[in-house]
Order: sequence, then structure tokens, then C-alpha cells
Amino acid sequence: MSAALLIDIILWGSVAGVGFIAYQRGPKVLTTSLREGTMDFINIVPRIALGVIGSGYIAAVIPQEIITGWLGPNSGWLGVATAVIAGAATPGGPVVGFSIGAVALKAGGGPPQVIAYVIAWALFAFQRLLLWEIPFMPARFVWFRAAVSVPFPFMAAAIAMAIGKP
Amino acid sequence: MSELPLNDPAQASDAAEDEPRPGHVRKPVGWSMITIGVLVAVSATLVWRRDGFGGVLEILTHDLRLFGGILPRVLAGCLLGAFISEILPHEKVSRSLGPASGLKGLLIGAAFGAILPGGPFTAYPVASALLAVGADFGATIAMVVSWTLIGYGRAVAWELPIMGTDFTLWRIVISLPLPVLAGALGRFVYVRMYPAKRDDE
Repeated sequence: MSAALLIDIILWGSVAGVGFIAYQRGPKVLTTSLREGTMDFINIVPRIALGVIGSGYIAAVIPQEIITGWLGPNSGWLGVATAVIAGAATPGGPVVGFSIGAVALKAGGGPPQVIAYVIAWALFAFQRLLLWEIPFMPARFVWFRAAVSVPFPFMAAAIAMAIGKP
Repeated sequence: MSELPLNDPAQASDAAEDEPRPGHVRKPVGWSMITIGVLVAVSATLVWRRDGFGGVLEILTHDLRLFGGILPRVLAGCLLGAFISEILPHEKVSRSLGPASGLKGLLIGAAFGAILPGGPFTAYPVASALLAVGADFGATIAMVVSWTLIGYGRAVAWELPIMGTDFTLWRIVISLPLPVLAGALGRFVYVRMYPAKRDDE
């Protein structure tokens, strides 16, 4: 938990740092940014509430055996492709994808397939795009970024196969 | 107002004096939230039928605790994004992260994403702020992808304990080239998808 605390300290330290710079530009810059940031926060909270509280239920009804069964070490590129689709379909949030990835590894999943799964989930889990990226960023950018990201889980799996790690 | 000043640093810095942040439209509840809401309702019903009311309550309490833990970081992320978009000089951002910033811009974006502190929701407001002050899609993609794949926040808090050290470290090593490649691909595609927008280049 101390690592999380350290991250929080760095995060709030950065906020204080840029806040101080804003204050030096004039109190009006500071209050404008504070108001903008708080409005963003208020706007975003209901969506995050739905996302965080909702992912638990979505994860609970996803049959993990089906996902992990497809990612065996002999599944080759078909397994990688399945992993990428499964990653995109897995709900976002900080835990779900890693948990399923860990189960897949323990159940004998191939490392390149699990790498592809985790990276696909990290890059373009569909639920995260909808719920957590679109509220913050221009929708055009979110879809564009997701589309551009599609080749990279495959590339990561290829590198993992080439170097034989992890 | 919703158009990003992607290719016109001069105009962007002029506008900075008297206009509010560009490219920053707060959306009302849209179809994405409705989709997720329906999905959540269906899933919760399935959990209720399978595990009874106790199962529903257990997930709810766990997720509420998670939600409470995330909230302060979301606030920090929003404030960070707001401050950054107020204090970053548009002209300088357009030059070092704009469409003409080359490989250096992608590397700066990737490095920035890797060191950006915070929980899962810090990067998005900051990325939005960068877009608004003149970064192009390529550099912003490099930043978001780098934050996602290389940033230590998620890796330390969640991936290390769940996936183990060996897997996590190799996963990060393998991911190292991806942010710059994704940014380069993004820039390559963007220029071809929206050629008209680069008339002034």
C-alpha cells in the first residue's frame, strides 16, 4: 500500500506545483483553473460511479474459463487474435484484466497470448473507452487512438515469441 | 469552439488571451452511459439470480470502497488538467508536441506519459488539456499509450501484485517501443485522413 501512498504524494505534489505556477501568473488564473477543474470533477463523478460500481457486476457474470481456455500456449496466432478480442471485451477498471490474465497464466495460458490479452485490455477495453475516456477527451480522438492501437498487442506478442520471455 | 487548434500555433496563442479553453465541451449524459447502464443492470440482475441479494451486496460494498479510493485521484487529475491547460504556453506546446514536432515530439509525449503520476484517471484530463493547447493526435497518442503501458501508476498499484514481478517487468520491456510507434502510426494516418486540415503546413 505504501507504493500507492507514494503515487498519491507525487500526484498531489504535482497538483500543488502547477497550482503554485498558476498562482504566480495571478490569482485569477488560479481561481479560474480551480473552478474549471472542480467542474470537470463534478461532471465526471457520476460516470465513474457507474463505471466502478458497474464493472464489478459485469466482471462477475463474464465466464472466466472461456476466456482463459482460449489462450493456451499452443493456440498460436489464433490464440493471440482471440486474446486481443477478449481483451477488448473485458470490462475496464484497474483490476479485472490483470485478474483474468493471472488466472490464464496459472491455468497454463501461453505468455505471448497473455501479454497480448493484457495489452489489448489496457489499450482499448471497450467499456473503458466508452465510460472513462470519452467523458474526458474528444470522442474523435478516443476512437482514433483506439483504432491506431489495434496492431500493437499483436506486435507485443510477436516480440514475446521472438525473445522467448517472460 | 470544438475545433482543436492543431495546426495554427499563431492563432492559438492569440486566442489564449481572451477565450476560454478550446476543445473543452462538457457532454451531457449520452448513449455511451446508457449502454453501460443497461449492461450493468443486466449483469446485476444475473448476479442477483445466481447469488441472491447477498452476492449483489458484496460486489456493491467492494466497488464502493474502490470508488471512494479513486475519487481523490480523479479530483487531482481534473485539477492537474485544468492547471496545465491554463499555464502551458500554447505556442511552445504546438512547437514541441504539434504536428511538425517530428520524432522528438513523439518521444517527449511518451516520456511525459511514462512519468505522469496518478491513478487511472489522471492521464485523460491531462491528455485532453494537451490537445486543447496545441499538441497533435500523434504526440497525444504517444502520451496516452505510454501512460497506459509503461506508466508506473497502474503497474505498481495493480499489475505487480496480481501478475507477479517477472511477467510485469517483461511486459513493460516489450512495451517500451510501442508508444512512439503508436504515435507515429497515428500521425501517419491522421495526415491522410484529414489532408484538408494541413493546407497551412
